[in-house]
Amino acid sequence: MKTTVFTAVSAIALTLAAPAVAEPQAEVLHWWTSGGEAKSVAVLQKEFADNGGTWTDMPVAGGGGDAAMTALRARVLSGNAPTAVQLKGPAIQEWYEEGVLADISAVAEAEGWADVLPASIAGHMKCDGNWCAAPVNVHRVDWIWANAEVLAANGIEMPNSWDEFNAAADKLAAAGITPLAHGGQAWQDATVFEAVALGILGADGFQKAFVDLDMETLKSDGMVAVFDQMRKMRGYVDDNFSGRDWNLATAMVMNGEAGFQIMGDWAKGEFLAAGKVPGDDFLCASVPGDGFLYNVDSFAMFDVKGDDKQAGQALLAELIVGKNFQEVFNLNKGSIPARVDVALDAFDSCAHLSAKDMTDSADNGSLLPSYAHGMALRGAQSGAITDVVTAHFNSDMSSAEAVQMLANAVQNSL
Amino acid sequence: MTEWLERHIPKMVLAPSFIAILVFVYGFIAWTAWVSLTRSKLLPKYEIKGFIQYDRLFDSPRWDTAMGNLFIFGTLFIVTSMVLGLLLAILLDQKVRTEGVLRTIYLYPMALSMIVTGTAWKWIMNPGLGIENMVRGWGFENFSFDWVINPDRAIYAVVIAGVWQASGFVMALFLAGLRSVDGEIIKAAQVDGIPSYRIYSAIIIPSMAPIFLSAFIVLAHLAIKSFDLVIALTGGGPGYATDLPATYMYAMAFSRGDIGQAASSAMVMMAVVFAIIVPYLYSELRVKKHD
Repeated sequence: MKTTVFTAVSAIALTLAAPAVAEPQAEVLHWWTSGGEAKSVAVLQKEFADNGGTWTDMPVAGGGGDAAMTALRARVLSGNAPTAVQLKGPAIQEWYEEGVLADISAVAEAEGWADVLPASIAGHMKCDGNWCAAPVNVHRVDWIWANAEVLAANGIEMPNSWDEFNAAADKLAAAGITPLAHGGQAWQDATVFEAVALGILGADGFQKAFVDLDMETLKSDGMVAVFDQMRKMRGYVDDNFSGRDWNLATAMVMNGEAGFQIMGDWAKGEFLAAGKVPGDDFLCASVPGDGFLYNVDSFAMFDVKGDDKQAGQALLAELIVGKNFQEVFNLNKGSIPARVDVALDAFDSCAHLSAKDMTDSADNGSLLPSYAHGMALRGAQSGAITDVVTAHFNSDMSSAEAVQMLANAVQNSL
Repeated sequence: MTEWLERHIPKMVLAPSFIAILVFVYGFIAWTAWVSLTRSKLLPKYEIKGFIQYDRLFDSPRWDTAMGNLFIFGTLFIVTSMVLGLLLAILLDQKVRTEGVLRTIYLYPMALSMIVTGTAWKWIMNPGLGIENMVRGWGFENFSFDWVINPDRAIYAVVIAGVWQASGFVMALFLAGLRSVDGEIIKAAQVDGIPSYRIYSAIIIPSMAPIFLSAFIVLAHLAIKSFDLVIALTGGGPGYATDLPATYMYAMAFSRGDIGQAASSAMVMMAVVFAIIVPYLYSELRVKKHD
């Protein structure tokens, strides 16, 4: 009996003591579980601990975040949301509309986020004018990667227009090299599609088609031309592309089996991991056309109760956008920092190009969200577009038919 | 008191599982039906908006593909598995010496999970790694077997893998059925000099009707809930050429945050299952009454 009373009293004492100390607590839900990514998260974890916080890691692997989203749904429905969740783009707004996100404007204003983040990226981090998420990095999606040796041997320059790309690809095909390394997975088809669309429709047309979902643009002749180019791209892919993972496609460029790959800058991580040198072994350039498609990873802050958790949330937000983490994390991940005032001395030439283009395109309004990577549209709409893109790419559907189908699918998904 | 207990204990023992089934099966069916009438997106909402999700579902070309695939896959999978299973069972029934070993070999695929089957067949049928590459290596340069990457053929590739997995199990079912036929009748027929193919087609197979029905029901529900096989073999691709209703529902619910749409597709799937199961139950219950 005595012991039970004692335990009960000490348990009460402990619960009473906790808020008084308010040691920062954070439970972080994310799906960065593969090698380089896990290493990047560990950086944040360590920094958090150094600042006196207790980090509860909640990694949920699998399905490109699908599994994590399922876990998140269960947590939110049971009224026990994690402190911070790896979320991005319109998904942040979707969760905000469910009324479960916190307001971290106090931290954001104290740290001056508005001055160091590009306006269009900052827009994703705000819910009804209040900050509700913290950006981690900027991946550029519209990259074209090439094997330097293969290009030199065939007398090809990095293409500046889609006509030049087609000419180069024909030359490579004639030489018996697969022109375009590609994996037949829906998101990869979509990645190529949006790169082509940005080149052909221009920044303005891209904005109208894939951000505003303007029907006129979706049904325009320009869109027919985009699908025409996609049909050409299909011809530049080897027969065995179906279901191939993107990193295997990158390996084809590395080994000289293929000339080009259109993929986000996570592909650079593969090249670097294989000991290849940018500029010497492989080349990077933005795809033909003006603009910059970004894929920004971020942590959305959920509404949590308790001083310790709120303190943890504020500390986490501060550290995520802090200069040190932005530099170290992005060196590991292959992306560039979201804030523009981080020194880039340690980064490679591709990252320099990316950072320069990001600043330039932010100035002229061509800094655009990637639709293929869930930055521009909500799941239902981007999914509907991807269905059409991948159906067209994997069949002999005509471009006119595809455009009609695209318009119907978008209408149906609204 | 003991009498009362005797009467009520069976009910009390069954009650928890009865309640569990009531809530977790029928309760959630009702919940899904409700959600399918709302505009739920990321999280379920409970405001009824009519049949809008069903309109969207039937307008979606991807759903058409999924239902068409279910029809092709279901028909071919059930018919081929039954024919092959029956054939194997009849061959094994000829008093083969190593029957035990052979039966285990044929039954063994059923012990694998569909994920393993799907992955193995993905490699076997991959043109660059598997059969096509091997036969070309033998010198037949024009040989082509690219079903798994050909959008018009990919669903048949799924059928091949499914049949490989299920036909051994069907064989075991049929073998048991063959053995249960009264030996006296067969002997009588043999004495009368009836050729064995006639014995099979006129006596043994007709008397196995209940086994056919069981095999059909098992295969039909395997086909309708088939999900992991497609995910492992083709990932629903090329494009969405091998999507099935189950993969469609998964994509809507878990990848796209479109719970209303997923719920409506689940309801349609359930209707398909009912269309098969209800006549079966009806015939089963009717037979019982006659006893």
